[in-house]
Amino acid sequence: MITVVLVAAVKSVALVVMVLLGFAYATLLERRLLARFQLRYGPNRTGPFGLLQPFADGIKLIFKESFMPATADRLIYWLAPAISMVAALFVYAVIPIGPEIRFFGATVSLYIADVNVGILLVLGASSIGVYGVILGGWSSNNKYALLGCLRSSAQLISYELAIGLAVVSVVLTAGSLSLVDIVNAQQRLWFVALQPVGFLLFFIGALAETNRAPFDLPEAEQELIAGFHTEYGGFKFAMFYVGEYVGIITMSLLVTTLFLGGWHGPLLPGPHWVAVKTFAFMCLFIWIRATMPRVRHDQLMAFGWKVLVPLGLLNVVATAVIVALVGG
Amino acid sequence: MGTLAAFFILSAVTLIPAVVVVTSKNIVRSALALVPTFFGITGLYILLRAEFVAGIQVLIYAGAITVLILFVIMLTEGGTGIRIRQVNEQVPVGALASAVLAALLIWVFLRTPWPQGPGALPEYTAAQIGTTLLSSMVLVFEVTSLVLLISLIGAIIIARRER
Repeated sequence: MITVVLVAAVKSVALVVMVLLGFAYATLLERRLLARFQLRYGPNRTGPFGLLQPFADGIKLIFKESFMPATADRLIYWLAPAISMVAALFVYAVIPIGPEIRFFGATVSLYIADVNVGILLVLGASSIGVYGVILGGWSSNNKYALLGCLRSSAQLISYELAIGLAVVSVVLTAGSLSLVDIVNAQQRLWFVALQPVGFLLFFIGALAETNRAPFDLPEAEQELIAGFHTEYGGFKFAMFYVGEYVGIITMSLLVTTLFLGGWHGPLLPGPHWVAVKTFAFMCLFIWIRATMPRVRHDQLMAFGWKVLVPLGLLNVVATAVIVALVGG
Repeated sequence: MGTLAAFFILSAVTLIPAVVVVTSKNIVRSALALVPTFFGITGLYILLRAEFVAGIQVLIYAGAITVLILFVIMLTEGGTGIRIRQVNEQVPVGALASAVLAALLIWVFLRTPWPQGPGALPEYTAAQIGTTLLSSMVLVFEVTSLVLLISLIGAIIIARRER
């Protein structure tokens, strides 16, 4: 009993540290890559290749003055960034990053929990993340923040549906809601080959869920200053930032898990493949940000409800018929 | 023992925010207090080994319905920022009515001989739920989908009329 709790605690701490380090370097990766795309250097002064830049940023944000708008709703204003960050970190409890390994003579699984409704848990946690945005925007009592949060929550609810439908088709193909089982079902053939439509739906939905370009309307700075986190500064702002970037890592990891066979791959051991695939998707996210212009809000809504959702439904029906015929 | 403790903790998690929902003077906080309530109920589902229902509970109730409620409050003119009174002058009557209802419910619960069938719980609930919905419960399932479809169309018609 004690050892079980201890192993889970050690794994959780290791994972949170890893994810937070991943977040720190995701910000650096984004700044450096964006700079490359725009023919400039990006931050390269702090440490070799600017590798210490994220820590400099973090320390700066911690020591900034903690201010608050006079008319803000105190409790909710403080709660919102925490919800954003915790919801983003929570999903790592069920995302597997590798199969079981031998470690000091003991068999250790490279996931914290293999829940039999794992993918539902991930979707649920990401839908809880909406509260960080909506409450942050509302509680700061600022019209730009409120507009930003309303836009954002409309967007998140709409595109969650597309993601959900893409996930349903994957679940139908794999025959399980557990992420470990889904990865194991892809041993021979990755689901990106079996579910190309689902893959596209999921990827577009993931861009919208993480408020990334071309769907970064919640933070359209020309119209809304900074959107829902206009009134946030210092470490509270950093917590929103953690939520956002951890969300990008999560979505890349989920694409890898659901469509690209997770830890399956030749030569290298499992976790390396997960890292390589996830990294590739994060670069793709940044590449898209550097390339695509922002869409208008009505275009965003029309695209979500009139294209992605019907396509997702058709995909689910087609998958269900094929699975029933083949006898999945 | 652990189950009982978990049950009491989860009940507190469910009930305390529920009191906030009906007493808070701030309507946004009222709506927001629904979230921990739904989480408490999710915990109770997990305690009953109904993981699928628990997942759906988080996804639909905590994740979607409460967001929609907040959305409506924020879009309504004067919906936020004003202090509201949730009770009127008929508090004693209401308290009496709820006390009678509570007594009635407890009486029924205590008198009901809860049947405890033999055998173990099914291992994997999602597949069981799907099979049941499309076999023995198919009529209920179809009627529910019709009701949902009708309300969907109704909502669209009402929203369109205003233009």
